[in-house]
Amino acid sequence: MQPNDLEGIARQIRRRDVQAVFEAGAGHIGGEMSATDILTALYFRVLRISPDEPKRPDRDRFVLSKGHVALALYVTLAKRGFIPEDEISTFLKPHSRLNGHPNCNKVPGVETNTGPLGHGLPVAVGMAKAAKLTGAGYHTYVMTGDGEMQEGSNWEAISAAAQFGLNNLTLIIDHNRFQQGASLADTNNLAPFGPKLTAFGWDVTEIDGNNMAEIVPALERRGDRPHCIVAHTNKGHGISFMQDRVDWHHKVPNEEQYKIALAELSEVN
Amino acid sequence: MNAVTNPPKLHDCRDAFVAVLERLGAENPKVVAVCNDSVGSSKLGGFKSKWPERLVNVGIAEQNLVGVGAGLANGGLLPFVCGASCFLTGRSLEQIKADIAYSNANVKLIGISSGMAYGELGPTHHSIEDFAWTRVLPNLPVIAPCDSIETAAAVEWAAGYEGPVFLRLSRVGVPDLLPAGHKFVPGKANLLRDGDAVTLIANGTLTHRMMKAADILASRGIEARVLNMATVRPIDVEAVVAAARDTGAILTAEEHSIYGGLGSAIAEVVVAESPVPMKILGVPGIFAPTGSAEFLLDEFGMSPIAVADAAVELIARKAARA
Repeated sequence: MQPNDLEGIARQIRRRDVQAVFEAGAGHIGGEMSATDILTALYFRVLRISPDEPKRPDRDRFVLSKGHVALALYVTLAKRGFIPEDEISTFLKPHSRLNGHPNCNKVPGVETNTGPLGHGLPVAVGMAKAAKLTGAGYHTYVMTGDGEMQEGSNWEAISAAAQFGLNNLTLIIDHNRFQQGASLADTNNLAPFGPKLTAFGWDVTEIDGNNMAEIVPALERRGDRPHCIVAHTNKGHGISFMQDRVDWHHKVPNEEQYKIALAELSEVN
Repeated sequence: MNAVTNPPKLHDCRDAFVAVLERLGAENPKVVAVCNDSVGSSKLGGFKSKWPERLVNVGIAEQNLVGVGAGLANGGLLPFVCGASCFLTGRSLEQIKADIAYSNANVKLIGISSGMAYGELGPTHHSIEDFAWTRVLPNLPVIAPCDSIETAAAVEWAAGYEGPVFLRLSRVGVPDLLPAGHKFVPGKANLLRDGDAVTLIANGTLTHRMMKAADILASRGIEARVLNMATVRPIDVEAVVAAARDTGAILTAEEHSIYGGLGSAIAEVVVAESPVPMKILGVPGIFAPTGSAEFLLDEFGMSPIAVADAAVELIARKAARA
């Protein structure tokens, strides 16, 4: 699938995500919008996966470590055929399997349970290490938030990945520059990430994480070391009044904002 | 006159663990050991020399230790994640909750040197909270074998069980109590001695002390039932209810805080199903003073004679209620 087609799918995923947040009255809309283009490229171009056989041993792995943007993953999984598309309307409802953070035992396509931050990368290191030990050819991808990188467990895993020579592992940092309460810069500023990952022995690619033409080749890049994509993204990308506004971390649009958002994300734009 | 007998041979249960692990490793290439620099203290040197690539050492990084274990299981391997129990459970508790128990990862967590095995090193290295921390997690059997035979049997069982397990081992020598060829059944206590005056329940390094206490009680004409209850979760409700019904008093002892461990798990059953007088022995809610594990167990009233005396008091409480 080509970048133009992927952009259309990403727009559809954003629309469905915004609709679900509006209807459920909750969600992490800002980070969902920043991550959607990368999720789309992964699920519709890069990952070797089978919706009919979600546990295939040789499947590529994707771990959404920033589990609070589960809704964007659910919408993507539904669009890709892992779960019924109409199930998105159950998001956060009593007994729905689609709760606020993804559950691997209930939702096909989810690899490990995330939610508390700093968990996905160590697990992804284990997945990549397992492939090295068994000779399996799958590639492991993991996406973290930039604020999430403040969790020390990530740096334990970054160090181990380099030590283990895991060139079958790609870390994507969704660098949207905002965390829950403030900007990364005003909180605990780990940026720039690139030099830190390089110092730990990783290959680093810096991209515009909302530009398909840059996302796809970065995800498909292979080398001799673990690979970190520092994806410079915009919180609330695609919706003008949300963009780069910290309060849209988990704010819910009102009726008027919802209509504006859908209009901006409409396919004719 | 006391008969002169040879003291029983004491076994370090880590030896039984690695003997089974290495046998399993030879049979199944998916078996991997994961450790946090603890190759020596987890006795993984033999495993490492046989299969160096299958010994995954993440360094001194316990959160990563447990997360990597979950990922290895996702990749189809059978990881035994080993570390000092104080760090494995304390430092990595959220990983155990989210990555292992909630994710239902097929990972075997092996807590080494649990309880007060690191006696003189002090409370930072004591693991007397691990039952309480782990037994509240759904989906995670919590097991503290009493001897080398039960350790070997429990490791064998854990390897064949599809799902997470927490196995809590000591390094303090214990005599063998269970018969050779014993088969481990999770959630089932072992009746080591029967009696009707009181039931003594323990696991890990305390079970053999309970047997000695029962000998002392017998010498006083009191017959105690002794149960080895390795599985703290799921607790053996049937054995606890039967003990309450048949003996009317239950005394527990554990190398753990008196809060939240084996005694608490048993008390939850007793209160709900068949209330009888109970006494819970363990570390009495304090940071322990300096001393070896054996010294501290005695210090906290868990020498065989102290246990026997506590049982006599408990029996008196039972009689007073009658």
